[in-house]
Amino acid sequence: MAETIAGDEAVAGQGQISRWAQIRATLGAWGFMSPAAVLVTVFFFIPVIILFVISLTDLSSSNFSDPLTFIGLDNYAKLFRDRFFPKILGNTIRYVVLTLGFFNVGLALVLALLTTHINRRAGFFFRLVWLLPRITPSVVYVLMWRRIAHQPPFGILNQLLAPFGVAPRYWLVKQPWLFVILVNGFVGASFGMIIFTSAIEAIPRDYIIAAKVDGASTWQIIRDITLPMIKWPLLFVTTYQTLSLLTSFQYILLLTEGGPGLYTTEVWALTAYKRALKTYFGHNQWGYGAAWGFILVIIGIALSVIYLRVFRFNELVQEPKIDVL
Amino acid sequence: MATTTRDIGPLYNLRRFLGRSLPYVLLIISILPIVIGYAWLIIATFSYRTEGLFPIDANGNIGGWTLRNWAFLRDPKIWHVTLNSLGIALGMVVGVGFVSSLAAYALSRMNFAGRKAFLSLTLILHAFPSVTLLIAIFFVLNFISGIPVLGPRFGYNTVGGVALVMVSLELPLGVWLMKGFFDNISWDMERAALIDGASRFRVWWEIILPQIKPGLAALAIFNFLSGWSAFLIPFTFTVGTKVANLPVYLRQLISDTAPTNWNQIAAVGLFQLIPVMIFFIFTQEMLLNIYSGGAKGGV
Repeated sequence: MAETIAGDEAVAGQGQISRWAQIRATLGAWGFMSPAAVLVTVFFFIPVIILFVISLTDLSSSNFSDPLTFIGLDNYAKLFRDRFFPKILGNTIRYVVLTLGFFNVGLALVLALLTTHINRRAGFFFRLVWLLPRITPSVVYVLMWRRIAHQPPFGILNQLLAPFGVAPRYWLVKQPWLFVILVNGFVGASFGMIIFTSAIEAIPRDYIIAAKVDGASTWQIIRDITLPMIKWPLLFVTTYQTLSLLTSFQYILLLTEGGPGLYTTEVWALTAYKRALKTYFGHNQWGYGAAWGFILVIIGIALSVIYLRVFRFNELVQEPKIDVL
Repeated sequence: MATTTRDIGPLYNLRRFLGRSLPYVLLIISILPIVIGYAWLIIATFSYRTEGLFPIDANGNIGGWTLRNWAFLRDPKIWHVTLNSLGIALGMVVGVGFVSSLAAYALSRMNFAGRKAFLSLTLILHAFPSVTLLIAIFFVLNFISGIPVLGPRFGYNTVGGVALVMVSLELPLGVWLMKGFFDNISWDMERAALIDGASRFRVWWEIILPQIKPGLAALAIFNFLSGWSAFLIPFTFTVGTKVANLPVYLRQLISDTAPTNWNQIAAVGLFQLIPVMIFFIFTQEMLLNIYSGGAKGGV
């Protein structure tokens, strides 16, 4: 530790400062850091280790009080042999790709483009309404959707489609995937929308005016100027939301709990959660659930580190202006 | 300008009008599900039952407004779970605000061994999906339950435990936002105070924090809303109604009572929405800003 400090340029510039003062300053700084450091250790680092260790055991609610039995990688082998593994993997891919494509990136981009091409105040109003699904408590939000997709005569969608001759049905049971994607997409779209909007508004007006003077149509301006200039935000939202979707299950849990029927809308993260923590039969397979979960953790760590590199977050980290007074 | 367009002819004017109004039409269509959802919630709250968006009275005719769905307000249980919700929300506001502004001050103003590492770690953790750790956090909370003084307050199945988990998982975001606020403040006053012999802690409390009140307020609103609406963490780490918060209580109402009384549930839902709506109406700009910098991507 002492060497790092002695080698620091700023300190070298100040000449002879005793090593003791350096150590004291570092201790003082860690005094400020300690609450955050403790909580991050207890609720991020230790859980990652616990999750890995448990995934190597057969820990479940039937042998909770016994000493841990390590079974090596059996849980992982069992996971890939699971009869529903192909189904769950397929569901996860479908959930991530469709929600991301249609809503979190697709619709988000359309909304950002539409709201920046109309009156400023009106655009602000529509973006604000689109924020509602995100800030509405999830239970209440899903309650609204369940009622929209409810069976006749209660369902709102049936009532709205009746004039068009669509036969009434219990939409949530007949088309569970449609609503899983709608419910998640309406929450997810606002994140990309807000980021794309600020990126579009940051494009210098001169480019657009010059293109208009040359007779470019709105579509040409969007295709040749706007989209190329927001390609980094696009990439950022795509990668970031891929990870978010891959690990999210709250709205599916509230909407369908993975049903109707067997594993119809069950995704990877929900499987991990249900196996370990919320089983109907009161038999929690912590070890097995942890194996499902730990694979997601590995993916999560890998992608997070890649984001840090790709989006050059390191460059955002500035040096403090004064070091040690 | 107006004269030139008129010269070009009515067809051009029509196209221009359609081109102008098309975005509005599309946007209005896009928000329909949201508007309909809210409309149903409000209508259902004040009616016996609903078919589609229409309130239906006892005889099956349209109409029949009632306040009986709000009878739950007389049940002491609802105030108990409301207090729990409020506890989690305020715990988030104070906990995240205090811990992250302490750490962010050190990260913004001091040079110390481990600074760079902690900063990159904050960023990685901000992107990292913390929900994947819930299974393991279950064991951490169980462990805390066994500690003498802490256990009853912050262990498994306590409001404090839920708040503690939520605060911790929110820290990477809080630290990162607060550091941004600190970086934008001038050093002059602080330097003067330090030279005059004030301690770092006093400088932080008396000079720096008052300067970032708007940032603190934005973070507080964000945290209040996420604490107030929290479902997954309270649902996972509490059992029964004693420590349930409003969303968990609402969820129990939906799944336990058979046949489900949707209209009473709608009323509880609307009750839960009140503080959210207050912030939504009065702090619009702030919300749009903080959800771009902050939101974990939610879904």
